[in-house]
Formats: sequence, C-alpha cells, structure tokens
Amino acid sequence: MKTPTTLELSPTPDSWMTVCDAARLTPGRGLAALLPDGRQAAVFRDRAGRAYAIDNRDPFTGAQVLSRGLVGTADGRPFVASPLLKQRFDLETGRCLDDDAVAVAVYEVRLSS
Amino acid sequence: MTTPTIVLVGHGMVGQRFLEALADRGVTERARIVVLCEEPRPAYDRVQLTSYFSGKTPDDLSMVEDGFMERHGIELHTDEPVVAIDREARTVTARSGRVVAYDHLVLATGSYPFVPPVPGKDAAGCFVYRTIEDLLAIEEYAGTATTGAVVGGGLLGLEAAGALKGLGLDTHIVEFAPRLMPVQVDEGGGAALLRTIERMGLTVHTGTGTQEVVTADGSVTGMRLSDGSELAVDMVVFSAGVRPRDQLARECGLDVGERGGIAVDELCRTSDPAVFAIGECALASDGRVYGLVAPGYEMALTVASVLADEAGEDTGFTGADLSTKLKLLGVDVASFGDAHGTAEGCLDVVYSDSRAGVYKKLVVDPEGRLLGGVLVGDAESYGLLRPLTGTKPPVSPEQLVLPAGAGAPVALGPSALPDDAVICSCHNVTKHAIGQCGSLAEVKKCTKAGTGCGSCVKVIEKLLPKAADQGLCGCFSYTRSELYEIARTLRATSFAALLDSHGRETAKGGEGCEVCKPTVGSILASLNNGYILDGEQASLQDTNDHHLANLQRNGSYSVVPRIPGGEITPEKLIVIGEVARDYGLYTKITGGQRIDLFGARVDQLPAIWTRLVDAGFESGHAYGKALRTVKSCVGQTWCRYGVQDSVKMAIHLELRYRGLRAPHKLKSAVSGCARECAEAQSKDFGVIATANGWNLYVGGNGGATPRHADLLAQDLSDAELIRLIDRFLMFYIRTADRLERTSVWLERLEGGLDHLRDVIVKDSLGLCDELEALMAAHVSDYRDEWAQTLDDPERLRRFVSFVNAPETPDPTVRFVPERDQIKPDLTILTIGTLEGALSR
Repeated sequence: MKTPTTLELSPTPDSWMTVCDAARLTPGRGLAALLPDGRQAAVFRDRAGRAYAIDNRDPFTGAQVLSRGLVGTADGRPFVASPLLKQRFDLETGRCLDDDAVAVAVYEVRLSS
Repeated sequence: MTTPTIVLVGHGMVGQRFLEALADRGVTERARIVVLCEEPRPAYDRVQLTSYFSGKTPDDLSMVEDGFMERHGIELHTDEPVVAIDREARTVTARSGRVVAYDHLVLATGSYPFVPPVPGKDAAGCFVYRTIEDLLAIEEYAGTATTGAVVGGGLLGLEAAGALKGLGLDTHIVEFAPRLMPVQVDEGGGAALLRTIERMGLTVHTGTGTQEVVTADGSVTGMRLSDGSELAVDMVVFSAGVRPRDQLARECGLDVGERGGIAVDELCRTSDPAVFAIGECALASDGRVYGLVAPGYEMALTVASVLADEAGEDTGFTGADLSTKLKLLGVDVASFGDAHGTAEGCLDVVYSDSRAGVYKKLVVDPEGRLLGGVLVGDAESYGLLRPLTGTKPPVSPEQLVLPAGAGAPVALGPSALPDDAVICSCHNVTKHAIGQCGSLAEVKKCTKAGTGCGSCVKVIEKLLPKAADQGLCGCFSYTRSELYEIARTLRATSFAALLDSHGRETAKGGEGCEVCKPTVGSILASLNNGYILDGEQASLQDTNDHHLANLQRNGSYSVVPRIPGGEITPEKLIVIGEVARDYGLYTKITGGQRIDLFGARVDQLPAIWTRLVDAGFESGHAYGKALRTVKSCVGQTWCRYGVQDSVKMAIHLELRYRGLRAPHKLKSAVSGCARECAEAQSKDFGVIATANGWNLYVGGNGGATPRHADLLAQDLSDAELIRLIDRFLMFYIRTADRLERTSVWLERLEGGLDHLRDVIVKDSLGLCDELEALMAAHVSDYRDEWAQTLDDPERLRRFVSFVNAPETPDPTVRFVPERDQIKPDLTILTIGTLEGALSR
C-alpha cells in the first residue's frame, strides 16, 4: 500500500509543521493554513506536483485570500492571481508581477511520505 | 472681472455640437452658458429621424450624453423659445417671460419646413416632417388613414415617404422637378432611383406640382395636381424644402439675405459683432444657406474657437462640401464634389444597370482628376471616392465605377488615400488624424470621426492597425469563440489537454493563467459538462464559482438564493430572515428583485445553504457568469394596465435558463405592458407584453455603458418567444468574446442586428437546430449546484477557513455595526500580520 504524501511547511527557520495530505490540494488551486503564530499561509500545487507556499494576505486589500486565487504560468514561472483585484504574485519569490514595489513572504515547503 | 454669459438660442444638432466644442475648449468653465430651445426635448439626431419608425425611441436619438449639461454647468431650458432680442440692452426674452442678459448671443434656430401656399394646406391631415413631435402626430393620424402623399421628392421627402409606407399607407410622392432628388443626383441617377422606388410599391409623380389640398369637413380627402389629375389621399406630408428661421434676427434689425438667412461673415458673426449665427439659419459668407449638418458643425466649431480666443488665421467658415451619402427607402444614394459636372471641359464616366437599379457617374477633368460623382443603388465606394476628389485616382475611372467582379479587380484601398484626405466629412477629420489612434473607439472619442452619419466607419476600420494578436491570452492564440468551436468539435473535457494540444508553444505543459482558465471553465460548463467543481474543472473556476458564493472585500462571502421573477412566499421570506438573523448576515435587496445576504465566512456557507435548500431555495448563480435574474413587473394578474402575465413568463424564463454559463453574466426582464416597469429594454434579453403576445428586445445594458436593447421580433407567441431566446443565447455563447456582454457583442457583430435576425430568426446559417438542441440539453441536465454540493462530503471539504485547522474560523473576517446591521471591519485588514490575534 502506498503511504500518503504529506505537505509540510516551515513557518520559521529550522521548524517544520504538517499542513495536510498532499492529495487534498487540487493541482492549480490553493488552500489556507494557519501558522502557530497566527499568520496564514497559502499553499498550492501545480500540474507537475510541485508545492509552493506564500503569505495568504493580499497586500493590496489586506484580506487573507491569496489561497483562493487561480494558479498560472507566466514566462515559465508559476504565479497566483489574487481573487480580489487580480494582481499576480510569483509563487517562488513572492514578488508581485504587476507592481515592482510589492512582494509577499515565501515559505519553504516539502512533500514527505 | 465678471463671468461673461453666452446665450445659445436653439438646441438642435448644431447647437449641441457648439456646446461640446465650448466644453472641449474650456469655455464652459469660465463663462455662464444658457441654452433656450423651443422643442420639449434636448438635441436629437434629426438626420436619423426616420429611424424612429424602425424602432428607435426618442431617447435613442438623443445627441446629449447623460450628465453633459450638469458636468459643464450649462443651463438648458427646453420648451422655452426666445421671442425677442434686445440688442441695445443685450438681452433675450423667452416665451415664459424669462429675460437673460448676454455678452455673446449665438443663434442656432435652424430652419422650418416650407409649405407651399396652396388652398387646404392647413386642413386636418396635413403635416410637416421636421421634429419628433411631427413624427408622433403623423404616426397617430396614420392609424386611421389608408393613403398618404408626400409633397416633395427630395431627400427629406423620400424619408417621409418611407415613413408613411412603413406605417402601412399607400404612398404617393409628388415632385415638381422632372426627377427625384434633383439637387443631389442627375437625370440618370434620378431614373435609377425612380425605378427602384416604384418597384417598392410607391407611386411617384414627377414634373407636377400641388395645386390644392381637397378637404371635406376640414379634413384631407385628396389632392389636385397641376397636371389636372386628382389623387384620393387621407393625409399629406409637406416636405418641399426648408427655409432658414431668421425671424428673430429680422425683428431685431440684423442683416438677413434677400431670400432669407441671417447674414454672417467668415467667423459667423452677424451684423452685430456680439451676435453669431450658425447652422441652417445662417447665410454663410459665400452667399449660401447650408441645409446639411456637416457645414453646421463647422460653423459651430468656428464660433467656439472665436469665443475661446483660439481663432487663428485658418479659422473661419468659407463654404462647405455638399457631399452626402444616404440610405433612403433602403436605397443608397450618394453625391459628392461637382456631381452635376458644371466645371468647364469636364467629362464623365457612367455605369448604369437599370435591372439592378444601379447608376454611377464620375465627373473627371481632362487630366483625369476626379471632380465629383453620383452613386445610386450602390454607394459602397463613396467612402473612398469622396476623399479622392481633387486628386488623380491611382486607377482608371472606369475601374472605379464597375461593380465587383466585372473587369479587372480594383486594388484600391484606403491606404491609397493621401494623408490630408478628409475621411469623416461630418466632423472634418483627415486620414492623418485617424492614423494617430489605435482603435475605432479611440477615433470616435478623440476626433468624433464616425459619430455623424457613420458612412466612413468602414474606411476608418481599414485604416486602423490590425491588432497584432487577437489571442485570448499569453497561453492561447485563439479567441474565445474559436476556443468554443474547438472544444465543441473535440468534445473537450479537460483544460490541460486543450492547453497542451491547442495552446501557444510557450504555454504548453504550463498551468494556463487567470484569463484562460475561467474562460475555458465557462466554455466547458456551457457545453454541458456537468457539475462545475469536479476534478480538474474545480481548478479553473474563479473563487466565486469555486465557493458558489460572491467574495467580498474582507474575504467573506455573500449568498444569493434564486427568487424566480422576484416572486416569493411569506414563508420563504421568513426563512431568509431567520437565516440572516441566526448567522448575523447583512441583508440587502438587489436590483434584480432578490435578497443578498452578506458577511458569511467560507466555513459557514454549507450550513447556511443547508437551511436554504431545505426551505426550497436553490443557487441564484450570483457568483457565476451565468443567468442572474429575470425581473418582472406584477403584470396582468393585478395591474390594471397589464396585457399579459409577466410574472409567469419571467419565472418560466428564469427556470429555463438558470445555471446557463455564458461569456458574461446575463440579465433579463419581462414587462406586462408597454409602460415597461420591469425595464426590459436595459437587459441582455428583455420581453415586453403586447396585446398580441410578446416583443423580444436584445442587447440592452445598464451599468457603465448603458445601451437600449434592440427590438428583435414582435408579437410572438410563448413558444416562438422561447425558441428565439434559446437561439439568441446559444448564438451569443458561441460567438462572444470573453467577458463581452450582449450589448458589446451586438455592436461588434458584423452586420449587427440585421445579421443576428438573419441567423436566429431566418436561420440563414442553418444553425438553429443545433442551437436549440444545445439549449434543450442544458434545460434537461440542470441540477442545483448547492444541492449537489451538500449531498457530497467530498465536495464540502473545500469549505474551511484553514486546511490544517478545519474548526477554526478565520479571525481576520470581522465585522462592526452600522445602521443596525454589520459591515466589514476594515481596520483589521490594515494590520500587516496578525501576531497575537489567536491569543486574544
């Protein structure tokens, strides 16, 4: 029997927490995770199965909604578009693709069995 | 310095153009502008007057953008004609006794119809054809008439004849000159026009005048003509030319021409430098009175420049091109330049086909320069020929008059035109000016080209750069409608497969993007791929569709149960009230006659919907690009004016089309009588009851760019109505662009309303069976998305705030009180992160 893969996230350097079974994530969609200090992360998987996590807070509106955006590819790089006003954020760097002055935090993630 | 006052007398097309020109030049900000006009309504498009009879309403014809007067602080008084001018005191007096002092007075009083002084001309049943009020009176009288005559076979006379014929009357045209439209066309053109018009069933009498209107008991019974013959007619419309309205000017001692018209100089100043005259009331410095709108506009711009102190050396009106292109009774007629060949030594090239009612003549000089021409029956080339006037065309004249397919093909496009060629003669816009713009919308906005008679729009489109890439987004080079066809043909069910097979090379294997994913998701849903949130489809939907609710600014959602036709029982109202109370939701009545419940957290949605579904509610699809509501008035059942049961029809339509995914949202309404309380003409598809059935309107919109819907079909039975709406919606879904409402789509659709009617009423493309089958499949396969979701624990799993803490609500979704309800607490959202939020 295949052991389920777990998605883990590093909320602070040197610490890891379990978020969910990787199978809970529909490729191309995200989910929100509550971090121990009250921050929220948005976790995603893409078609190839790679996982990403960025801060869940949309810096343009302040709402914790980035996990509900749509994942896409621009110039070969993965991004999520905010569901509120559609600004896009690079899932690997947190950089906003539509406003150079804005970025969100990125969290390290890993898949373990 | 005190603010100067500019008084404009008359608010017709030229008057309105003058006001716009003042606003463009900032004059409205530094001067008080007062407009006094006789007609009961602001300026409207008199050139298109006849289109009233093809379904345009007086509002459609308005030339004044909503809010224009308010925005520029212009005081407009309608139904308030000026009756006297005191040039000493510099005041005008209006009919109500209102006196307005002016620094500058601009007369734009237009013209009045000339009625020949024949006996009986004032009898009941005699009309003129000039204002919307004239049209309304003609329409009313025609209801009891069977035969009508129009006196005058010129441009307006033919318009009037078309109107009478459209009202179902046997129609005669009486023209004193030996041919129709004697001013614009020559003998050959007149003959072609005559044949075509007679073939339509109108009776034309040329070369004869009207001697007497025969009456009995004060009403028209016939006409006696100068050739001795008599016509039995019930009504007479005089359309024998117009005369400048210069009476006010005469009475206050301004110079007027011998044959009428207020004499003005090149800057449109009258003999009193504080008074200007523009448009059809003015006798221009070249000794002519211009009865066309384009010269009037030029005069308006001239005076606006003078008043703005912007008049330069080249400002001034010295005469105008009398070129015209019209569609009269469905026949294209155009004349331009030296149409009658009056220049010395000029030659002509003529093509005439009396079978087809086509006549084309070009006038050229001995060196081959084009001087002018007449086109009847086929004026397609007018847009190119008129700007070429005065130049030597790049191809021989005979090639320019031969119909397509005869002789060698003519490779003459707008690119052959010189830069200074005037493309829009209504607004005097050159090819160069158009070249500065990127799109037709921009051209219209910046130069006004194409907003007058519209005859130049096709040429403008050809001058604009082709958009380099029409593709949907960075992932697909196809448009939405092309993708729809691909998905339909391939019976596609997977976005990823479609991207990998039909995406751009650079996008294959990727994720797609926020543009193409929902678009393809909507196409797959339109093509009836079942529940929209299973499998891969879940990853395509925008968050609203993904959570079957509407995301609000603080991350909470709103919930809108369907209330078909706006009809609801007290029991159901109570349930909505109880749910809102129990979950602390903010409630608001929507514009679509239902109730929106705001402030639900994502994890509350299933419980809220469980109660709503148990009470018999279903999804209202407020979150989807789908049918929203079919609004209705109360209709015949209760209303004393109603002629059909509008509520019943609205419910039927709403239930039929609920859940239908489309390129954009769809709104509808049904009104039970012509009073139109449901505002159906502002909807994507609107239905208005008649005594005989239903009228169907399409392509209406409110919102940022309101558009009155177009009448598609009249007096339909229930079944006919539904069949046409089925076809209309499916044709729209098939061919519209992403996020393109029906109003924009219809404007863009090549051939416009006529084409739409051909396709879905006459089935010209043979598509209708397929469109109906698609709709039938939608109707039979419809399932309530919320009921389906609640039935399936797997589907419910997405409704949590946190995947790792499903019991914990999102602490950042908070509310504060306002007017006895809640509103989002936005202060909480301004805190960067929420350290400590949980420990509180």
